[in-house]
Amino acid sequence: MRSRTRGTWLACLAAHPAVRRLQWRRIVPAASGTDTGGSIRQPASFCGITGIKPTYGVVSRYGMIAYASSLDQGGPMARTAQDCAVLLSAMAGFDERDATSLQREPEDYTRDLDRPLDGLRVGVPRGWLGDGVSADVRAAVEAGLAELEKLGAKRVEVDLPHAQYAIAAYYVIAPAEASSNLSRYDGVRYGHRAAEYTDLADMYAKSRAEGFGAEVRRRILVGSYVLSAGYYDAYYLKAQQVRRKVAEDFAAAFKLCDVIAGPVAPTVAYKLGEKTADPVQMYLGDVYTTLVNLAGLPALSAPCGFGEGGMPVGLQLVGNYFAEARLLNVAHRFQQATHHHLQTPPAGVLGAGGAQ
Amino acid sequence: MTWEVVIGLETHVQLSTVSKIFSGASTAFGAEPNRQACAVDMALPGVLPVMNAAAVDKAITFGLAIGAHVAPRSVFARKNYFYPDLPKGYQISQFEIPVVQGGTIAIQVGEGDKAYAKQVELTRAHLEEDAGKSLHEDFHGMSGIDLNRAGTPLLEIVTEPVMTSSAEAVAYARALHALVMWIGICDGNMQEGSFRCDANVSVRRPGEPLGTRREIKNLNSFRFLQQAIDYEIRSQIEQIEDGHKIQQATVLFDPDTGETRMMRSKEDAHDYRYFPDPDLPPLVIEPARIERVKAGMPELPAAMQARFAADFGLSAYDAAQLTASLETARYFEAVVAAAGPAQAKPAANWVMGEVAARLNREEKSIADSPVMPQQLAGVLARVADSTISNNIARKVFEALWNGEGSSADAIIEAQGLKQVTDASAIEPIIDEVLAANAQSVAEFKAGKEKAFNALVGQVMKASRGKANPAQVNELLRRKLEG
Repeated sequence: MRSRTRGTWLACLAAHPAVRRLQWRRIVPAASGTDTGGSIRQPASFCGITGIKPTYGVVSRYGMIAYASSLDQGGPMARTAQDCAVLLSAMAGFDERDATSLQREPEDYTRDLDRPLDGLRVGVPRGWLGDGVSADVRAAVEAGLAELEKLGAKRVEVDLPHAQYAIAAYYVIAPAEASSNLSRYDGVRYGHRAAEYTDLADMYAKSRAEGFGAEVRRRILVGSYVLSAGYYDAYYLKAQQVRRKVAEDFAAAFKLCDVIAGPVAPTVAYKLGEKTADPVQMYLGDVYTTLVNLAGLPALSAPCGFGEGGMPVGLQLVGNYFAEARLLNVAHRFQQATHHHLQTPPAGVLGAGGAQ
Repeated sequence: MTWEVVIGLETHVQLSTVSKIFSGASTAFGAEPNRQACAVDMALPGVLPVMNAAAVDKAITFGLAIGAHVAPRSVFARKNYFYPDLPKGYQISQFEIPVVQGGTIAIQVGEGDKAYAKQVELTRAHLEEDAGKSLHEDFHGMSGIDLNRAGTPLLEIVTEPVMTSSAEAVAYARALHALVMWIGICDGNMQEGSFRCDANVSVRRPGEPLGTRREIKNLNSFRFLQQAIDYEIRSQIEQIEDGHKIQQATVLFDPDTGETRMMRSKEDAHDYRYFPDPDLPPLVIEPARIERVKAGMPELPAAMQARFAADFGLSAYDAAQLTASLETARYFEAVVAAAGPAQAKPAANWVMGEVAARLNREEKSIADSPVMPQQLAGVLARVADSTISNNIARKVFEALWNGEGSSADAIIEAQGLKQVTDASAIEPIIDEVLAANAQSVAEFKAGKEKAFNALVGQVMKASRGKANPAQVNELLRRKLEG
């Protein structure tokens, strides 16, 4: 059990690591996932596949098990950007059963795949390729950026001054919503019910303590805390203010560039169980992904090389609202010129992966 | 030592929409348990709420009817708590920004000389979903859950703490009840829980700040509302006079004992962890939508009362009686429309008198009256042109009620009820009566006016009510004095 995986992520309920592993093994051609703070992009980066989180509201959330409703967004994961475009064209669209679903004309996300990248302005946020990123990931992302420049893109520097607060805001808002969304798993209708209890309150307490894992319990506790009377303003409201600031930063940046590029995660996939003892370290792995969900923007991860131990590295591309076709176009042209996405993992990297 | 009573009411009004507030399931009452609970009402993982536009229109209607501010943007929040009949673990309600803000409701308190009018200010009215029901009977050692009611749209209407007696509270509740039915947003059925009141009651000595309040939950009749408030006032005053402090609490009224009992204390109060529901965008109401709703609203009772007084010369009392419900007002207007404005006063008397009494006796609503307004207008017309007397008119009405004919004219014709105005037909009857009632005649001649009335009665009886009473009077007097 030394396989590298995303670990015990709650959000991987939908974007299950086993599916990604199967995709990497080329057993599953395409799958759908949900991305609340990076759960399409980070597993895609770790597993050497392509995955896109669309603009919030493009894919209906009806039928998806809600984690953090204002951040959750479904999207495709596949071997190539082209496959993602085909799948997204089928997944996207207005759904009257989801009040946050956007009323827009259906789009063919494959329409721009072959558009040349001449003159494309690629914004790289200041500090995103600094000390916070491991050297192997930095090298692979730099190589990816260089490849985009070869394809005609122009690299520009942009600023996202509030990005540094995004991870904190995310870990207030997401647990707050999750604490409420997970209330229905109380043992009455849904979820595990404790075998023995003295009264109703005891049934709730025991059922939920037994049924949820440590990380989920932690998030429910954090979420309940930040919504409590007396703490709401200091945490939840403040986090919402950060959220607006992050969106404003992106709006300013997209005046200077067409897409924003950078790493998906600071490192390649870590070993199972490696970070569960230190949740804050694990949360910091989301530093490049959560801010995109806070702003509701579309973003994808496409393989751009390999790092430590031959582990895949993803290049993250973030677009303005509804720029999915443009993102897929950039990734497709990139994949026409590179072979990272076609490589199968070297034997042994997955450890017992095939035998599990 | 005098005491001041302070009361505020929170009323849950069930909006009479066809489907639920966030799902397409039916709101009809009385179905088998859980037959009207769809995936959304059952909170199946993955489902999402979608706002029912009809519920919003009804909230707008209410806001317009009470002169309130209809918020152009209001927000749905989640009220988080665990209870078995709350399947999501939270109730969707409006918290910080409600759809209806402010407004007033006019009430009339008391009767006769002590009657007075008052304006009750409202704090707010907000949209929310109802919970399911927990059934504690019939399930040995367990509770059953019925989610048919879950997701039923409610408008929670909150007053300022401005009422000072149970009489005012009941007058307000009655006025609100009449209004929500008038504007068609609620069926008003209190037995089925369509209209339920929570009363916040506190007492204080004059000039002092507000006392600690206790909230009486779920009062579903005006009588219980009155009894519960009166009990609570007495009990709070007694406690304070005994040197105790009032503890803030939520209590339930027991109609069997007439007392309130503790449901939970302040210490048990929930922290509901309200936050905006991320599944529902803010409720945006454009001015055009408000105009559209306004255009579809019925004339309000106050405006109608003023019009009845101005156009038909009715007293304020009559106008108020006739606008007790929209159906009554519509019935009255239909009668006047058919009989002409000159008949407004008799029409009012009939609607408030004979019609109301007959409906009462058979426990029917005026909408189900077997006598149509046009038929009643026909009766009035025949009284007006002296074809029949008022007494015969009641007979004709009774016949119409029983379906003995399709119109007043048809019944008068078929049953020969036409008033006799031909003196040559009446005189022989008078002669007969005078001959047979020598004693009455003697008494009259001795100065007893009462005897005259007895003789008139005998003549009317002998004519089977058909003789014109005025004519009988005149002829009889002439014969007796002549």
